[in-house]
Amino acid sequence: MSTDTSSPDGADAAADDAPSRAELAARVDELEASLAEATAEDDAKKMSIIATKGSLDMAYPPLILASTAAAFGYDVTVFHTFWGLDILHEERSKSLKMSSVGNPNMPVPNVVGALPGMDRVTTRMMEKRIEDNDTASVQELLETSLDMGVEFQACQMTIELMGYDEDDFYDGVTTGVGAATALQDMVEADIQLLV
Amino acid sequence: MSAEYDIAETLDVKGASCPMPVVKTKGAIDELAEEQVLEVLATDPGSMSDIDGWASGTAGVELVGQEEGDDVYKHYVRKTE
Repeated sequence: MSTDTSSPDGADAAADDAPSRAELAARVDELEASLAEATAEDDAKKMSIIATKGSLDMAYPPLILASTAAAFGYDVTVFHTFWGLDILHEERSKSLKMSSVGNPNMPVPNVVGALPGMDRVTTRMMEKRIEDNDTASVQELLETSLDMGVEFQACQMTIELMGYDEDDFYDGVTTGVGAATALQDMVEADIQLLV
Repeated sequence: MSAEYDIAETLDVKGASCPMPVVKTKGAIDELAEEQVLEVLATDPGSMSDIDGWASGTAGVELVGQEEGDDVYKHYVRKTE
């Protein structure tokens, strides 16, 4: 099987194509190096969340998961789009509302929930429960997550669609990003969630 | 019971609910030196499972004990690296 002996026609041609021992050794070194690199990069787990909702109740799941994952040492990115932008909006995040319709578990029938002023009642009720239970506020969770290194992104297309300004968001929020950025994060993440 | 551990620091998260006990435990552990033990006092019943889960999924920390007292849940976490 040695490649340096001359042999009858045909076998010679095949032998010329075979990589030399040095070439194989170089290839193994190359593969080992890229394996080491890939393993090192995989050290920290990654989570990517897409946050699309801006009601008071739906602001919590992405923020709770983001801060908890950061406590586990994960690299976390939360991409906010459409009403999810309100969670990152300094003014609007302080007055997120809850809908009194569309949720059959509400204590009032939808037909009553649709009356004027009912969303305010439902929102007050939820705010009171949050306060009574010492549940962290949206603002507190967001600021804690930012301190822990969570990357919050505000989708550029929807910033413009909703008529917001880049300065409306909390310090530390990344703007000027789109779907391709979100996809890149998702493909590299161990956990991907759409909220 | 708590005398079995040489407690370096105590974190009081009584009253706080999910995710704050875990988030604040992480913050407090970051301030400790290797091998030091943090005591966490919580009233959130979910902290028993959550701090256990966090400690087993996080590098550099080890849950050395948990106690369920009257109204308060005590957790002992050692920083291992």
